[in-house]
Amino acid sequence: MSTVVEETHHDTHHDHKPSGIGRWLFTTNHKDIGSMYLWFSFTMFLVGGAMAMIIRAELFQPGLQLVEPQFFNQMTTVHGLVMIFGAVMPAFTGLANWMIPMMIGAPDMALPRMNNWSFWILPFAFMILLGSLFMEGGGPAFGWTAYAPLSTTYSSDSTALFVFSVHIMGISSIMGAINVIVTIMNMRAPGMNYMKMPLFVWTWFITAFLLIAVMPVLAGAVTMLLTDKYFGTSFFDAAGGGDPVMYQHIFWFFGHPEVYIMILPSFGIISAIIPAFARKRLFGYSSMVYATAAIALLSFLVWAHHMFTTGMPVFAELFFMYCTMLIAVPTGVKIFNWVATMWRGSMTFETPMLFALAFVILFTIGGFSGLMLAITPADFQYHDTYFVVAHFHYVLVTGAIFSIMAAAYYWLPKWTGHMYDSTLAKTHFWTSLISVNVLFFPMHFAGLAGMPRRIPDYATQFADINQIASIGGFAFGLSQLIFLWVAIKCVKGGEKAAAKPWEGAEGLEWTVPSPAPYHTFEKPPKVE
Amino acid sequence: MSEQRPDNSILVKRLLLTVAGMFAFGFALVPLYDVFCEVTGFNGRTSNEAAVYQQVEVDESRTVTVQFLTRNAKGIPWKFEPSIKQVKIHPGEVKVVNFLAGNPTSSNMIAQAIPSVAPAEASLYLNKVECFCFNQQPLAAGAETEMPMQFYLDPDIPDHITTFTLSYTLYDMTANTSAEAIAQLLKTE
Amino acid sequence: MKMKPLWALLALTSLPAAAQSRLNMTQGVTEVSNRVYDLHMTIFYICCVIGVIVFGLMFISMIRHRKSKNPTPSNFHENVKVEIAWTIVPLLILAGMAVPATTTLIAMEDTSDADVTVQVTGSQWKWHYKYFENEVEYFSRLATQQEQIDNQFEKGENYLLEVDRPLVIPTNKKVRFLVTSDDVIHSWWVPDFAIKKDANPGFINETWTRVDEPGIYRGQCAELCGKDHGFMPIVVIAKEPAEYEKWITEKEEEQRKAREREQELLAMEMSEDELMDLGEKVYNSTCAACHQANGQGVNGVFPALAGSGVAVDPEAIDKHIDTVVNGVTGTAMQAFGSQLSMRELAAVITYERNAWGNDTGDLIQAADINEVMNQ
Repeated sequence: MSTVVEETHHDTHHDHKPSGIGRWLFTTNHKDIGSMYLWFSFTMFLVGGAMAMIIRAELFQPGLQLVEPQFFNQMTTVHGLVMIFGAVMPAFTGLANWMIPMMIGAPDMALPRMNNWSFWILPFAFMILLGSLFMEGGGPAFGWTAYAPLSTTYSSDSTALFVFSVHIMGISSIMGAINVIVTIMNMRAPGMNYMKMPLFVWTWFITAFLLIAVMPVLAGAVTMLLTDKYFGTSFFDAAGGGDPVMYQHIFWFFGHPEVYIMILPSFGIISAIIPAFARKRLFGYSSMVYATAAIALLSFLVWAHHMFTTGMPVFAELFFMYCTMLIAVPTGVKIFNWVATMWRGSMTFETPMLFALAFVILFTIGGFSGLMLAITPADFQYHDTYFVVAHFHYVLVTGAIFSIMAAAYYWLPKWTGHMYDSTLAKTHFWTSLISVNVLFFPMHFAGLAGMPRRIPDYATQFADINQIASIGGFAFGLSQLIFLWVAIKCVKGGEKAAAKPWEGAEGLEWTVPSPAPYHTFEKPPKVE
Repeated sequence: MSEQRPDNSILVKRLLLTVAGMFAFGFALVPLYDVFCEVTGFNGRTSNEAAVYQQVEVDESRTVTVQFLTRNAKGIPWKFEPSIKQVKIHPGEVKVVNFLAGNPTSSNMIAQAIPSVAPAEASLYLNKVECFCFNQQPLAAGAETEMPMQFYLDPDIPDHITTFTLSYTLYDMTANTSAEAIAQLLKTE
Repeated sequence: MKMKPLWALLALTSLPAAAQSRLNMTQGVTEVSNRVYDLHMTIFYICCVIGVIVFGLMFISMIRHRKSKNPTPSNFHENVKVEIAWTIVPLLILAGMAVPATTTLIAMEDTSDADVTVQVTGSQWKWHYKYFENEVEYFSRLATQQEQIDNQFEKGENYLLEVDRPLVIPTNKKVRFLVTSDDVIHSWWVPDFAIKKDANPGFINETWTRVDEPGIYRGQCAELCGKDHGFMPIVVIAKEPAEYEKWITEKEEEQRKAREREQELLAMEMSEDELMDLGEKVYNSTCAACHQANGQGVNGVFPALAGSGVAVDPEAIDKHIDTVVNGVTGTAMQAFGSQLSMRELAAVITYERNAWGNDTGDLIQAADINEVMNQ
């Protein structure tokens, strides 16, 4: 890491901001845009969470009690889309917006006006998607993966709205990614070499390249769904010479890098927080960078591990099995490096650190189930069961979401100028930690015992497991309201936060006051 | 705002070009997939073009059993079945198998048969000289017909393939074709 | 893969005593399913060991290296040797794991030399089975009562895992499945065989099994296929070969007879004119005595058929047929099912529904009569 010269501040007294709703509609300020992304993401998290509550409520007992199967399918579909494209990705983009310019000593993002557009098209996209739920025939009900021909010939017109909203979300992500790349490449302060950048910047840098590479492919895939449904093409229709499995290839070529898009920024966050609270430099900085790059490159070679049961020839199954197992290696390196960072450090366990440590343990559990899924013959038994649901919720909820919460607690003092209420925060942590495991751990067993996914009702032998999971789900959902309370309370007031409230924290962002002035680093800092 | 503005336009243009390129790549995956499947036989598809039978050495030393399956995709009420369920054939030998089709409804219809081979590998060695699956097949109301399928197997079909299955799924294409076109096709038969 | 004795011991100690655990994957009833189970347990144990080591170190560190216990943090932040070690060692472990995984996969995909072949077709929302070697085919649908699903009746033991007509296969024979779909993508999954194969519309996939033990094995559709994806289970009954032969021969005979019957009935199909002609004749000789030639009946004694009752109700065709075929107990209306042929019954009911201005347009055929008679 670089050593940093303290910058004395002149601009606090002309820290004027525009006011009213115009401020938010027209802002080009990375901090404002970051805040909007974060609040939008939190709102979508609660919306997607509400859908999850409906799902868990229906699955609380065998039998159909609350919703019709077709509506249940809409819930699982839209829950997935909202969480992926509305909660996780915008949250990371919000963090990128807030933190990357400060971390590299830049005054703002490279393309501030495009930045504004990137954000504002998102609520529009989600109005379309969520609005489709109220159409006659209901919203999309074919899973977030939208396999043809269920999503083409055998679905309602909500497919069209699904496609439009995905296009808009894709444009938002692509514009955001371009902004991140240009900012990092062209706007680093003098002395801020690539190998001095914080890991959060590195992981977002690599993530941005992944986004540029694969979001357009998703756009292509869903466009083909649209034309198959409405314009007489037969990409995925056997009758016209097409192949439904081809959709899966194209989709997962996007889909697999997508899941790494959703976790690489997490790795960056954890790589900032653990060193800060262990008061010890990150172990193996360069290998962390290389491992991240290796994971990103490998992520292009594993897509068909989502398709082992489609009837692939043995040679292909073996190739994808080997590549998938291989990704465990650089991922393991990162885990070991975090543990080595902790080792012989001097740790305190404030809330960001609690979430970060929980991330390391629970994401690793998600990684273990991922490794099990990689073994093709075993995957035949796991595929499309709750074992897979357990796996991806571990990596996404106790992984990505926990890292986002860790980041929020870590940087809230910088954003708001106040310390958050640490008792409430710790309550949020412990209730979330316990309930999330009660919710998702039993799902491993349900899958192993034979319960398929995406079903609204199940055989009685799965009843106990589902009941436990549902209770965990309700508790987890309620716990997030504590987080909402903490966040609002912190914005409104609290103990005044120092420029660097965390003793062991490193990075340029801690050299500016808390709350960070509207404009920071208008003059680039000196980096040694 | 900032004191100097770096020139971002080159990088932005490059990145936008990459985006456009990846969008095109997504669509390029379509023909790429087709070519890949044709070359490797991975998805069990057979060729849409008639093979020309060249005098090849018939390998009398081995027989391959070819099984025939038919299936009506949802909604099509036609009778559709092979006249025999399986044949034993020497690699290099030409055989003809008839498929019976019948349209029991009171209107002219037209359908497309889509072939699929399992194990997929065998599709590389299956050569169809004549097949009703090359074109859409019209059938007048109440009519029945026999559709021949003439084929031979490459003599270099691997030894480990002793049996394979050729399946046809029949799809109703009547909605996509005008009644006049169907009538025209029927006249020319 | 031969399980090393240590692993075997661990496996025994970790499994609950009950036969098939509700928490773990089934060992299944085929050689392949057992191999898959072994792979699953092996990779699971490897993960457990790694987890214990990594999490153990983390917890030790959280205790020993907290600020109060270790106020001065160490300085080290790189060590190439260690990094290489924890890159190579996992690679070796994975390579070790890949070997049995590869051999099992290759064995699983070898569909040659099958004894029995079954065509499995998924559609929304049921399975269809067709035996290749025998003329037997049928649909297999969920048999659980809707009232159980709606929580009005208590749920049975095999709730959502029972079908009206299970697939029957022989044990100890290689059974090959050719899987396809009529509409969207489904997936045929039987955990006890460790088989899961997607049913892709327009394409066939193949898989196989050789079941060691006779029994009933249940599975479910494993690819989202629409609203009743959760309601199209799979039930396979594996019988000893001799019993299987007996069953399949019986079924063949049953289906052959059913097809013949159907042919007969189809041959009895009549045009509207034929129906009305014959119908009028039958009506006048058989029914007019009570219901009168003009269909008006006798007030208070014999119901009118012209412009009233089942004869004009579009929803009541079956009831109409039932009344004529089975009569009405406690009244003078006889059961004509045994007195008239199916052609005559079809004709007279058609006549009653269209004569005297009734004009429902309904044409009843012998096949319809047959259906009601054989319910």
